[in-house]
Amino acid sequence: MLKGKKVAILGDRDGIPGPAIEECIKSAGADVVFSTTECFV
Amino acid sequence: MDLENQTRIKDLTEKYGNENFIVVIGGAEAEASGLTAETVSTGDPTFAGPLSGVSLGLKAYHVFELKEQVDPDVYEEQISMMEMVLEVDEIIKEVKTYRK
Repeated sequence: MLKGKKVAILGDRDGIPGPAIEECIKSAGADVVFSTTECFV
Repeated sequence: MDLENQTRIKDLTEKYGNENFIVVIGGAEAEASGLTAETVSTGDPTFAGPLSGVSLGLKAYHVFELKEQVDPDVYEEQISMMEMVLEVDEIIKEVKTYRK
């Protein structure tokens, strides 16, 4: 499902941060086009 | 959802369309994760940002839902610790709601 998809990552400082998700998504063969880590405080 | 990020997602959807472009979120709890999923799908429910009344129709997944597709070693290293402390089932249930 992820292979070949363009992906935007909205990480969470208190949950899973952007760079950690990025590693996962890349390993699944998807193309990360945007990655950030939001802070809800 | 951060207003600046709403603009970025809007611009990226214009560039890539909503068929081959998805959003992956890493929210710590169900409500905030659901809010993000709703914002990129049907529009900003708080009517605060550029996606107010804008239905992009994007599919959003929490990274927990994608476990089977991720390299197990990478998942273990990057995600497994948070998987132990967060309400995984509750988060997934909420995020899924907005893909129907």
